[in-house]
Amino acid sequence: MYQYDPYDQAMVDARVEEFRDQARRRLEGKLTEDQFKPLRLMNGLYLQLHAYMLRVAIPYGTLNSRQMAALGDIADKYDRGYGHFTTRQNIQYNWIKLEDAADILADLAKVEMHAIQTSGNCIRNISSDHFAGATYDEIIDPRPYAELMRQWSSFHPEFTYLPRKFKICVIASDRDRAAMRLHDIGVQIVKNEADEVGARFFVGGGMGRTPMVAPMIRDFVPLDQLITYAEACLRVYNRYGRRDNKYKARIKILVHELGKEEYTRQVEEEFAHLLDQGVEPPLEELARIAEHFSDPTFEDGAKTVDRSDPDFVLWVDRNTHRHKHDSYVSAVISLKPVGGIPGDATGEQIRIMARLAKQYSFDELRIMHTQNVVLPHVKIADLHALWTELDAADLGAPNMDTIEDMIACPGLDYCALANARSLPLAQRISERFDASGKTEKLGELKLKISGCINACGHHHAGHIGILGVDKKGVENYQLSLGGSEAEDVSLAKITGPGFTEDGVIEAVEKVTDVYLERKEGEERFLDTYRRIGMEPFKEALYG
Amino acid sequence: MAEDIGTSPDDVQFRFRDDEMADHATVTVDACCDQTNATAVRIEPSDDARVLLPFLDRLALVEVNFPSFADGRGYSAARILREEGYTGELRAVGDVLIDQLSHMRRCGFDAFAPTSPLDEDDAARAFATWENVYQHAEDTRQSRLGNARRTLVELRHE
Repeated sequence: MYQYDPYDQAMVDARVEEFRDQARRRLEGKLTEDQFKPLRLMNGLYLQLHAYMLRVAIPYGTLNSRQMAALGDIADKYDRGYGHFTTRQNIQYNWIKLEDAADILADLAKVEMHAIQTSGNCIRNISSDHFAGATYDEIIDPRPYAELMRQWSSFHPEFTYLPRKFKICVIASDRDRAAMRLHDIGVQIVKNEADEVGARFFVGGGMGRTPMVAPMIRDFVPLDQLITYAEACLRVYNRYGRRDNKYKARIKILVHELGKEEYTRQVEEEFAHLLDQGVEPPLEELARIAEHFSDPTFEDGAKTVDRSDPDFVLWVDRNTHRHKHDSYVSAVISLKPVGGIPGDATGEQIRIMARLAKQYSFDELRIMHTQNVVLPHVKIADLHALWTELDAADLGAPNMDTIEDMIACPGLDYCALANARSLPLAQRISERFDASGKTEKLGELKLKISGCINACGHHHAGHIGILGVDKKGVENYQLSLGGSEAEDVSLAKITGPGFTEDGVIEAVEKVTDVYLERKEGEERFLDTYRRIGMEPFKEALYG
Repeated sequence: MAEDIGTSPDDVQFRFRDDEMADHATVTVDACCDQTNATAVRIEPSDDARVLLPFLDRLALVEVNFPSFADGRGYSAARILREEGYTGELRAVGDVLIDQLSHMRRCGFDAFAPTSPLDEDDAARAFATWENVYQHAEDTRQSRLGNARRTLVELRHE
């Protein structure tokens, strides 16, 4: 994985010093809270319901065991012993004191980490496929391109006061495991007919209160024009994105209002101009970065596991992903124990995952946007030993992509924006489906829960989505069906009137019953919904 | 003659140029297009900087107004003018604060007239924030500003 050189380290150190100085000026009264707010946000520091929250960047979700262990230590030293992994492949700490913030940033800088641009109206931490560089089905490792874009987007002088936040995702497989087309810019690394590597650009996707699937605006950008093309996309947005209404300020609204053709025309015009401006880093830089992502030395070994222990076999079948080397798999560590808080891990669990990564996965971990952790390169021969240790640490839940593996935002338990709680709902649903044994029958079923319209819990992209709203002072939950964040991307549709907390749990039960009754062959919930449509589900819910 | 809507030389707190300051009425972008002898113009966030391209040779001062520091359109306006070869004074005016100075400088601003004067020490620190930079911008364009700063990529591959 990528290692800072002295230049990268100096950039992060300079930023820590800059923030220390900003915090000093705020305390001296030289900065008003309104002036300080965007500065602290661009350093990952939010003011939440009960305390400050610090969001730490994990670029494209990749980190090493030393970094992971440091995240565990920060949870114990500065938080209440927990970290919360998020849908942005980041980690958040929910109980931070303002006076500790600069010290935490300094601790992070020691392990090549930071909280830069994890918030604010700037280009955010870049996300990617959590199986990048390991999976059997990609054309190339997308992370060198993500790293190139990370460097380009860090402290970008022109794009630090955009109309609104800006999220970029880079993948390199036809399988989309990163919700690529629900980003402001989705980049898919592809090969053209001449077998040259380039980038396909999708612009204007997003969730929030106006969900949109990004249309493709360019099917092939040559690699030596990648940054220039991104710069053109951003410049058109910075100049013409709406600033009169923060709810209409994301690039998806601009693309929608201009139309894909007109937005594309403007980007192409700006791109033609920028091509002469020397914006693009030379390909030698991409080559330098790519060296950091070269494969570890894989060894041939066992290609199957001993299937005598059913608990182990269940975990292997559910929580491992096929690797490009046939003696390895990528192993998913579920942070969704039955009745737990999705994405939470204790400081001790984080250190255990760090140690296991060192022992079993060439020192590397990934954070998934589904709030789980991946050990990308595990020998099949080591799987039983790994699982035994995970299970002992309450990290062995065999539930990847099942209804128990739901995404949930922090909701009204923590978040200043939320209208309703999401965590208790997530906990109750996982307990209920685990107890009834129905999880197994339902197979792949992506449940996503947001506590407000901002959709941090990705409810628009859930096979089943739940949105918490405030109805005259009472928490109320809307149910939606048919969303997907994958390569078959679609936006979920609302079933009808909302439910109480108890009612929505019943409603989830009912729609899964409809699926089990109507399912044909190997259909997933989503496939059945797409075949039979909304009506049978509505009938069960409201009939 | 259009009304002078600009800042005066006295309002300029920081300037990175050796030439004389233009002391001529600053007009709106619309007026600048109509008025063939205007040498100073003020760009508002909603103005298209490219409208000025036919007149760049006669302009000695372009003011870019930041009514709010949070509105970043002026950064693009500045870069576009520099990319198109504008070499006159590019002055950031309005809600210009300490923490925007380094980025503004990178985008090609070489004069600053903040509505509220800034602390000199804090400003000096802000201008010196980045010893190196990741991206190519106006400060790394060797042929124009003459200070020949290099990007990290250039330093890595020299």
